[in-house]
Amino acid sequence: MDSELTVSSASKEILPTVFGYIGIGLAYGIVGKASGLNPLIITLMSLITYGGASQFIIISMLAAHSPMISIILSAFLVNSRMILMSTTLAPYFQKESLLKNIILGGLVTDESFALSMNKVNYTERKLNFTWFNTVNFIAYVVWAMASLVGALLGNFISNPDKFGLNFALVAMFIGLLYLQLVSDKSIKFNLQLLVVGFVLAATFISIIFIPANLLTLVITLLACEFGVVIKHAFF
Amino acid sequence: MPSSNFILLTILGSGLVTWLSRIMPFVILKKFRLSAKVVEFLSFVPVSIMSVLWFENLFIQHLGHLPSLNMPNLLASLPTVLSAVISKNLLVIVVVGVISLGFLRLVVGM
Repeated sequence: MDSELTVSSASKEILPTVFGYIGIGLAYGIVGKASGLNPLIITLMSLITYGGASQFIIISMLAAHSPMISIILSAFLVNSRMILMSTTLAPYFQKESLLKNIILGGLVTDESFALSMNKVNYTERKLNFTWFNTVNFIAYVVWAMASLVGALLGNFISNPDKFGLNFALVAMFIGLLYLQLVSDKSIKFNLQLLVVGFVLAATFISIIFIPANLLTLVITLLACEFGVVIKHAFF
Repeated sequence: MPSSNFILLTILGSGLVTWLSRIMPFVILKKFRLSAKVVEFLSFVPVSIMSVLWFENLFIQHLGHLPSLNMPNLLASLPTVLSAVISKNLLVIVVVGVISLGFLRLVVGM
């Protein structure tokens, strides 16, 4: 990570994420093909719905002949964490035009969000259209291409799980979390560590009774509230 | 699988609700400023969401019961965390993670 907000720094910094997108995108394409979708539909879903976990959910619900409204509602719920991420990101782009805001917002992902929150630790908490748009655009194209290739490979590979590629995104979040902990000076290190501990406990408990599609959102909201309360009580 | 029309409409519908979730905060916050309280709350989003996206993958959900551990992901996380501390380089971290899980799957057979 450097302090430049250019196309070239964005292209370099998105690279680790690209591995994750290729891994999960291939897996998604293969699963889609195995479930009976054609490569065109599989790629269209990546271009239009554009949400990793939600696309796997849509495929399984389509295969189970679920009603359309419940599929769309599930997609909304699992992607509703986007509202939180976009709300966090938006203030960085308030001076850009409305159109640019819509272009940037429309392609926000977990990964581009996490990457940009890391980036601001190196740029005196600034972001710009060029850098973020480059990150988003590369992610979008790689995701769609990987989905298509996965769908075409689907005839030859049946179990994409066995190569370890689907761990790429988990590894990326581990890395970004660590870099966040050591480089974000706006929140004290010990406070961040307490929030991480809270998230671990909350995940273990919530997973017992909160359905998977709501888990990320509920725990994130609880953890933010926990952070605020502890900050005011002890820091 | 349902008909192509049904599938296409479902994709369009889920695309629309997802797109709106993504852009509405940008559109609304163009006009309004967030209060200091909300900004403080949101400052915890990055650390929280990155932790959840990791920890969710360490458990296997059994609704109504305690989760079981996802052993391959848990074991692969150890060298990944170590590589984060040592290298502080995202690309190295991702490669170590993938090799670790690939080793557990292909060599150990987990």
